[in-house]
This record gives sequence, C-alpha cells and structure tokens, in this order.
Amino acid sequence: MSDISELYQEVILDHNKSPRNFRKLEDANRKADGYNPLCGDQITVYLKMEDGVIKEVAFQGSGCAISKASASMMTASVKGKTEIEAEQMFDEVHKMLTGELNPKAGLEKMGKLAALSGVCNFPARVKCASLSWHTLRAALKGEQGLASTE
Amino acid sequence: MKAVHEIPVRDAWKTDRAAYDVTKIREDFPILKRKVHGKPLVYLDNAATTQKPMLVVDTLHAYYTAENSNVHRGIHFLSEQATTAYEGARAKAKGFLDASDTREIVFVRGTTEAINLVAQSYGRAFIKQGDEIIISAMEHHSNIVPWQILCEQVGAMLRVIPINHDGELLMNEFERLLNEKTKFVSVAHVSNALGTVNPVKEIVQMSHRLGVPVLLDGAQAAPHMKVDVQELDCDFYAFSGHKVYGPTGIGILYGKARLLEAMPPYQGGGDMISLVTFEKTHYNELPYKFEAGTPHIAGVIGLGAAIDYVNAIGMAGISAHERELLAYATGELSPIAGLRIIGTAREKAGVLSFVLEGVHPHDIGTVVDREGVAIRAGHHCAMPVMQRFGVPATARVSFGLYNTKEEVDGLVKAIHKVIQVFG
Ligand SMILES: Cc1ncc(COP(=O)(O)O)c(C=O)c1O
Repeated sequence: MSDISELYQEVILDHNKSPRNFRKLEDANRKADGYNPLCGDQITVYLKMEDGVIKEVAFQGSGCAISKASASMMTASVKGKTEIEAEQMFDEVHKMLTGELNPKAGLEKMGKLAALSGVCNFPARVKCASLSWHTLRAALKGEQGLASTE
Repeated sequence: MKAVHEIPVRDAWKTDRAAYDVTKIREDFPILKRKVHGKPLVYLDNAATTQKPMLVVDTLHAYYTAENSNVHRGIHFLSEQATTAYEGARAKAKGFLDASDTREIVFVRGTTEAINLVAQSYGRAFIKQGDEIIISAMEHHSNIVPWQILCEQVGAMLRVIPINHDGELLMNEFERLLNEKTKFVSVAHVSNALGTVNPVKEIVQMSHRLGVPVLLDGAQAAPHMKVDVQELDCDFYAFSGHKVYGPTGIGILYGKARLLEAMPPYQGGGDMISLVTFEKTHYNELPYKFEAGTPHIAGVIGLGAAIDYVNAIGMAGISAHERELLAYATGELSPIAGLRIIGTAREKAGVLSFVLEGVHPHDIGTVVDREGVAIRAGHHCAMPVMQRFGVPATARVSFGLYNTKEEVDGLVKAIHKVIQVFG
C-alpha cells in the first residue's frame, strides 16, 4: 500500500503552488492544446524552437495538482533540449508513470522528474501526469487539434 | 463565513425515520464491510451507482443456477418460468412508478438508452424542421446529446432553460421559451451534479397547456423519492436500475400507451414483430414493439428484486433518512474554511457537490480515497453546469439508503486531511 505523501511529494506541492513557466509565450512558433476528458484538465503548451532545439517553453491551463506540477516540471526539464532528446524523455516519463522503469538505475536518470514516480501507484492519476507530456509531443510534431490522454 | 445552508427536517420525516434501522440494512450489503487502503469503506458515490443488496445478488444467482432460459420463445418449462419472472418484474416496475398499465413499461439498458429511444423514435416521427426542443442547463450529457443528434437530423432547435446561482431552474424563463414551435420538453427530475429537485409537475402542466409532451430523466430521483407518473402526468419517465440497487445494464422507460402506440419501433429484430414477410412486417404490441432481441433477462429479474428490496424498506423511510443525512452533511461541511457548496437549491435530494479553494476536486478525490472514502470528482457528465458555476469540476458526495452520520463524520475527517496535505 502506498501512502498519500508518496504521490503528493513536497516537490509536487511546490510546483503546484508556484508553477514554473506558467504563462503564454508570445513569440512561440509551436503550440498545442491538451485535454483530459476524465477530469477536465486543460493545458496549452507553447514552444519556441530554433534549429531543432527547444529555446523557450511555457504552459497555461487549469487542472489538478498532479497535472499542473507535472506540466511545470516538464517545462523546466525540456528547456534547452533537442527535439529528439525531448522525445526520449517522453518515453522515459511514460515508462516511469506506468511503473515500467527500473526503480534504481532508471529513476536516477530521471533527476527531478523522479518526484512523479509515485503516480504509478495511483492508476487513476497517470493521465493527469502524462497530459503535459502528450501535449508537448503534439506541439513538437506541430500537430493541429487537441492532444488527449485517451 | 458564509451562512450554513439549511435544509428543514419536517416532523413527518422524523416519524418515518423512527423505524429505520440502518445497522440492519447495512447487513444486507456485504461490500460495505470491505476495507479499501486498509480503512473501512465509506461509499458516498451512490449517484454513480449503488451497491447491491444480497436479495439482488441471490436472485441473479438463483436465476442463472435454476431458471436460465430465453423468454417469450420456448414452450418448455424453463422458458415459461423465465418469462413469468421477467413479466413479474415488469409488474413490479409498473407498481414502482405507479403506472396504470404494464404495456407502458419498456425495458431498456438504462436512462441513456431510454432517452435515445424517445429522441429517435418519437423525435424523428413527430419533430420537424424549425421545431423547438427544450431541455435545461442542468442536464446530464445523456439528456443533451440525444436531442442534439435529433436536431441535426431533422433541423430542429435546442432551447435551454437557464438556472440561478443556487442551481434552480428559472421558471419564468421556461415560460418564455415555451411557444407554439415547442414540440418536446425533456428535463431532469433531480440533477446529478447539483442535487436540485426540479418542479417537474409544474413543468408538465405548463407544457401540456400547449400540448407539448414531457420526458423526465428520473435517474437521480427514482432512488430517493416516491415517483408517481400518473400524478406527475409526465409522458415519459426514464431511470436506471443500477442506481436503485439493481444490476447494471437494465433500466426502465415509462411511456404513456397512447404515445408509445403512435411511435415507430426503435430497433428491429426478434420479439418486436408479430408477423414477418419480405413484403411487410407487422409490429408486436406494446411494450414488445420496443424490446427487440433477447433482452437482459437476468438484469430485469434482478431489478425486480431491487424494487422488492426498496419497497420492503419503504421509500418514505429512505427519503427521510437521506434527507437527514443531506442536512447533516450540509451542516458539517459548510463551516469548513474555503469550502463552497455548489447547488444550494431549496429542494434537494441525495447529492452534495462542493469545491475547496486552492485544491482541485481530483486531488480531493484521491486524498479522501486513501482514507477509504469513495466520492466522485469531475464534471459529472454535466459540463454545462460546471461552466455555469465557473468551476472545472466539483467533488460530489451522494447518499444511498445505507449511509450513516458516522460516515459523514469520516468524510469530514478526510476533507481535513486534504486541507492538511494542501494547506
Ligand atoms: C441525471 C442522470 N441522467 C442520466 C444518467 C445516465 O444514466 P445511465 O448511465 O445509467 O444510462 C445519469 C447517470 O449518471 C444521471 O445521473
């Protein structure tokens, strides 16, 4: 059995209270909207790409603590990364959230994002945590329309 | 601090309450003894679905172990027995709704299918381009989308009765919306998101003055109050068995015989015909015209048992008990700092929706779940209601006949835990 504090770690509560890069990016050249129909979480991810590198990233939206903190942490961790690196991070995060990551070696690699590892014990919340990453991916691909966790 | 929202407890309810033995009732629901996350289960998500008493579970078991057979088709013993039980459940449903005739009771999958049936069968036959259909701002998606689909198909317009800040229908606006173009009115008897009990009798009377038929979505009313379709004089009434302590996948559509007779079938197949040739098919009589294919026989029989169970306890006592719980919970939750109750209508039943400042309902749901308290967090399939109140979602507590004040205390404790985590 997992305790509630495993999900709502200090880092997450902090990112929820004061989300980083929580604004509209005026000079964004990529953008995508994400929506989680189950709980109504809504997010817009803005990217400023230069030569395949994420120069700037920001987000706006409303949602639960998990989705907000995850989005905030996502922006902090992909800034300065290349498109390919960000894609790789998406895969790793996805594995972590679904509990497929090696708990030792794998988690260490995740750095600060490891704070979200508790989510895998709360299946109902996995989509909240992955929404911003799905939306990031949609923005990277320049997809039009709504990214969804479904 | 905002005033405590008061729900009066009338003397008559107290009398009904006196004989109500909730401890004994809980014995009928073994699932209530379960623990979740190591804590005793406090099940407060009854508006989503209710738990099933042993009478229902045993009835299903007995049906499958001793009676299983198809209905209306066999000349053999088992089929006759199954048919008798199936039609017996129809008679029970007729009694439950105080309908005048079993021909007016159609078995469907649930409220959703009942509304779709009426929209597609009645709607496509009698609603035309330029006509208007009235629903309300507090409808469940299942009483919005079928009408939108119909409107697209026939070129009709959807009109919406607005609500005030307490979550009550603006009846003067309804009066304004009603006109000679109005061809149908479909509203919730009780709102699943707000708990509001709507003045449905008045709505029926006003609509009938213009000859407009009315469907009442009774999904959240049938579990909590005595429904008398003849007294209400509604043309259609829909509810789901699983919200009234019965199995999932079975529900009731009540329709006035005169209307059902005039309506074309909803689906074609076996059982709904009397004679088939390739030139012409003659449809079966009511209610079979609307029951194509092998029905959910076990579900129907299980629903019959659920109705027996509710009757044995008595709807008056259930209503009184739940009223008291709702009043108690409202009184206990209102003073919590930062907590806002969404839906403060004068007449409410079964449901208490709320938001906590600075905490998303989904997070409330997860934290209280770890305390063993099951509530719903989300938009409750009523996104327009959420928009009306300017919230993305609410946390919703909903009561059933087995809930107790101690469970409400458990909920309050769990909410304090939420505040502690997010404080
Ligand atoms: C008011 C209302 N109408 C309709 C429905 C749909 O019921 P079902 O999903 O059983 O068809 C519900 C159930 O959530 C409801 O609360």
